[in-house]
Amino acid sequence: MSIRPRTPSLFRPNKPIDQNVLKQNRKLVETIDRRGVLRGTLTLGALTLLTGCDVSEEPAVQSALRAVSAWNDGVQSLLFRSNHLAPTFTPSQVVKPPRFNAYYDIADVRPVDGASWKLELAGRIADKRPWTAQQIYQLPEQELIIKHICVEGWDYIGQWSGPSLRAFLERVGADLTAKYVYCICNDDYTESIDMASALHPQTILATKYAGAPLADPFGFPLRLRTSTKLGYKNAKWIKAIEVTNDFRETFWSKQGFNWFAGI
Amino acid sequence: MSTLAVKSRLPVVKAKPARLHPLPLRIMHWINAVAIFIMIGSGWKIFNDDVILGWLHFPDWIVIGKWAQYGLQWHFFGMWIFVLNGIAYLSYGIATGRFRQKLFPITLRELFATIGDALRFRLTHDDLTVYNAVQKILYLGVILVGILIVITGLCLWKPVQFSELAALFYDFQTIRIIHFLCMAAIVGFILVHVTLALLVPQSLVAMITGGPVLHAKPVFVAAAPAPAVEPAPAIEPAAPAPAEPTPDSKP
Repeated sequence: MSIRPRTPSLFRPNKPIDQNVLKQNRKLVETIDRRGVLRGTLTLGALTLLTGCDVSEEPAVQSALRAVSAWNDGVQSLLFRSNHLAPTFTPSQVVKPPRFNAYYDIADVRPVDGASWKLELAGRIADKRPWTAQQIYQLPEQELIIKHICVEGWDYIGQWSGPSLRAFLERVGADLTAKYVYCICNDDYTESIDMASALHPQTILATKYAGAPLADPFGFPLRLRTSTKLGYKNAKWIKAIEVTNDFRETFWSKQGFNWFAGI
Repeated sequence: MSTLAVKSRLPVVKAKPARLHPLPLRIMHWINAVAIFIMIGSGWKIFNDDVILGWLHFPDWIVIGKWAQYGLQWHFFGMWIFVLNGIAYLSYGIATGRFRQKLFPITLRELFATIGDALRFRLTHDDLTVYNAVQKILYLGVILVGILIVITGLCLWKPVQFSELAALFYDFQTIRIIHFLCMAAIVGFILVHVTLALLVPQSLVAMITGGPVLHAKPVFVAAAPAPAVEPAPAIEPAAPAPAEPTPDSKP
């Protein structure tokens, strides 16, 4: 994704710029501004450039756009067919290794220590005892050879296996009538999905890719894979799962991406 | 209208003069213009995130939305305007007979004649109410492309929920390419459409004011030789447009 978080920059001064510079160069500043406005009115992007910045960021515009996005969440949950299976593929079509995606570079992945890792459970779950990787890796596995579709537009076929999320939620006595399954990840990522998608027959807690344990960049030791959501809904490096009725914004939805993100 | 005609006993029905572009059509045209503007500008932003053509990257100043999420927000907002307005337009065009009247028939002979006229610079637009064969093909074509871009858009948005529909287009990347080509066709249409509207300014004015009054055939009511027992039904020019079907939440 092309979100660039504000990072400390060598090129950004610590002290604010002396405002007198603006006064001294008033004429120059005005010409630049006029040129910008002229260009803005002449282009197709005029609507968003008239103010010299993106009109989408205006609070009123942004809240209207987000209201439509929330409306689209509702529409998508109505369109959702709970037992309709996504197309599946053959092992020969699987891309190896899978394509890396995160909001940071693959070199910045912080591997999880599988030996000390534990999966915490919270919220509307009867048995909240944490799970070790070993315990999870012993559960019956389901294999999915499905497409990963990114919101950016690319896709690839991947072969994922691990316990079915529905079976896992049933085993720990989760309230399956609750609204959301919320994942907290080892990086600061969070993601949640609606219960109907969580219970879909093609939603698993993946522990393996192409028959081998997940590699670090792809979510070792535990990640979500569902055939019915865009890539970013598939949380990697999960460290806690909460079943809840409270809607909470997640990593990307906070930044304005659609929350439901169904495909 | 019929009651008025019978009561007034006037031979000619006096109705509001029908114009080339009735008001509902003009409203839908300009709503569509705004919707298309939003859809193309934001679509270009979305395209930039994973380009189909390596050499093509839409510059920041031309796209709508500074960041990916803004482009997506505009696109998934604009789609409702485009689709709902499009459904209204298609229903209107079919129900009022406008499509049948304006866009059909298209004959090869007429097409060759129009192309011949165009090549000899003899194309005239003295009568805005009649479309030539090239106009008919372009208008019909862009309507079909508009329908295809919505269908492919639906498949890109919901390739799993509508997997049966998406399967018609082979695979996800193929759908993206078709969606993109539809956009390119619409942009091409807009370039021609706007250029010609500027070259024949009265056509642009017509889309704002309604354009020339159509010379409706006079409707004679009392033409019957003997007064009928029951009042002769006035000939209705066209059945009134039925109410728009309420578009359900599905785009």
